[in-house]
Amino acid sequence: MAVRPAAIAIPAPPRARTGAGAVLLRFARKKPLGAAGGALILVMVLTAIFAELLQTHDPIATDAAYTLGAPSAEHWLGTDHLGRDIYSRIVHGARVSLVVGLASTLLGSVLGGIIGLLSGYVGGKTDLVTQRILDILQGLPLLVLALVMSAALGPALHNVVIAISIPIIPRAARVIRSSVLSIREMQYVEAARSLGVRHLRIAFRHILPNTIGPFIVLCTAQLGSAILVEATLSYLGLGVPEPYPSWGRMLSVSAAEYAQKAPHLVLFPGLAISLAVFASNLLGDALRDTLDPRLRGT
Amino acid sequence: MKTYLAQRLVIALLTLLGMSMVIFTLLRLAPGDIVDILFSTAGYVSPSEKQAIMKELGIDRPYWVQYVDWLRQIVTGDFGKSYRYDQPAWEIIRPLVPVTLELAALSIVFAVVIGVPTGVVSAVRQDTTLDYLLRVFSLAGLAMPSFWLGMVIILGLVTWFAWIPPLTYVSPGENFKLHAVQFLLPALAVGYRSSALIMRITRSSLLEVMREDYIRTAWAKGQRGRIVIWRHALKNAMLPVVTVIGIEFAFLIGGLVVTETVFNLPGVARFLVQAILWRDYPVVQNLVMFIAIVVILSNLFVDMLYGVLDPRVRYGS
Repeated sequence: MAVRPAAIAIPAPPRARTGAGAVLLRFARKKPLGAAGGALILVMVLTAIFAELLQTHDPIATDAAYTLGAPSAEHWLGTDHLGRDIYSRIVHGARVSLVVGLASTLLGSVLGGIIGLLSGYVGGKTDLVTQRILDILQGLPLLVLALVMSAALGPALHNVVIAISIPIIPRAARVIRSSVLSIREMQYVEAARSLGVRHLRIAFRHILPNTIGPFIVLCTAQLGSAILVEATLSYLGLGVPEPYPSWGRMLSVSAAEYAQKAPHLVLFPGLAISLAVFASNLLGDALRDTLDPRLRGT
Repeated sequence: MKTYLAQRLVIALLTLLGMSMVIFTLLRLAPGDIVDILFSTAGYVSPSEKQAIMKELGIDRPYWVQYVDWLRQIVTGDFGKSYRYDQPAWEIIRPLVPVTLELAALSIVFAVVIGVPTGVVSAVRQDTTLDYLLRVFSLAGLAMPSFWLGMVIILGLVTWFAWIPPLTYVSPGENFKLHAVQFLLPALAVGYRSSALIMRITRSSLLEVMREDYIRTAWAKGQRGRIVIWRHALKNAMLPVVTVIGIEFAFLIGGLVVTETVFNLPGVARFLVQAILWRDYPVVQNLVMFIAIVVILSNLFVDMLYGVLDPRVRYGS
């Protein structure tokens, strides 16, 4: 008996809505954890922007009468050894963490991205030499390099940003280069070349926009580690200088000394760091799965 | 194989040479030098006196002379002299090396012992509640700064067990049990973080291998699940895992920097931080160079291990 193909009505595929809100909604439904991470980051950004409105006390005002105070209605998360309000300091600390985290990630990724783009596009000996130089930068543990850099440059906000961004450069360059290598061979690039378009224009106008997926993935993946490195540098006293509150510095020696008497001194800033890094890792993972399926699970 | 090894060694040497330049340059960007710091507490120092000290320390010479001199020292295995302690740097560093090595080895053990089994379980039970819990557990490990985790561990011990880990270093000869505890806690704090990466890579690599035909064949033969997973699948899934362990070894040193500080262990990493704060050029230079050599050698070792683990890997050509 021959199977007769029945007339099957093929339903038209539901048209994907493309508005920004719809895209976000779809992302949230498909990747609830990633969306939660994104929401947390958003909260952090808002906290950093509106720190002055959210604070309950001046974050750098000391109060000798109320040192090492436990969490209370007056001081929600307690006070430190100088009587400064921990909650207000954490709110302001979001600023340092975010500014340093975002700025160093962007700086490192953009510089690394340009190097990767040119190195991958030009190829040949230039590429080989660039790769070896990147090997040199990548050979040192991120923290050791950042440590030496920030010590060399001196403790200041912009120096910390530079110190953290340098180790990101080789990682960014690798990612962008590998995606450029495959795009370079595509027909539309060949078409552009045969039309006589200049190399720089091909690289920046035709190839660069197509690396945006891996680039976003790279940035979110690096954001978490940048925040972590900033915290570590500040903890060691090589980060953003006093008195401006930074989460890492809040955990430094003084906190360890009083930890027994006032555990909240140690707990809350550490929770803030962990939550921020956790959120950016969740978002980074989800974005990677969505934007760059080839990298899934790495 | 031999030519491949020779090639790799030449590249490694060139990389190290480049690193030495980077390290040397970075340290000379620093504002203020050792003389200023040594005398910052002494108040006024006459310029001629300062000049004499700089001459004695050899930092009045042109940079390139200092650099060449340093390279000569590295080649001859001479670690130079510490400005601060007025002693050969190697004499200060040598007793610190075993502490760091022990801590690093223990951390890697923790990382593998936690990371590989959780990765396997997570892959086998893909998309179950257990898988989600384990993944969150590993993501948490990546998110927590290891120095903070160390502080929380100490805090927990104090609060719940009313016990404070020894604040000064206890040698194994003195009291082995205390020594072991003193090292296990920081190793756990550092290892947890590394285990997270190992878990993630084990999971994804095992998931990939489990989809292959020979695994289906093994199942079809009626092979028991445990054997299929641990003997057939994991063997081939280990290659990326080994890579990550190799990479982690380099990152571990970064983690140790702070952990040794938190737990007050007299290791190389803690000493590096102190030397950086003191701008003790010879010590920092040589320690960072030492770390670079360790990293490059471990990378090389991992590459060589590929051939042993997977006979399909061929070197060269």
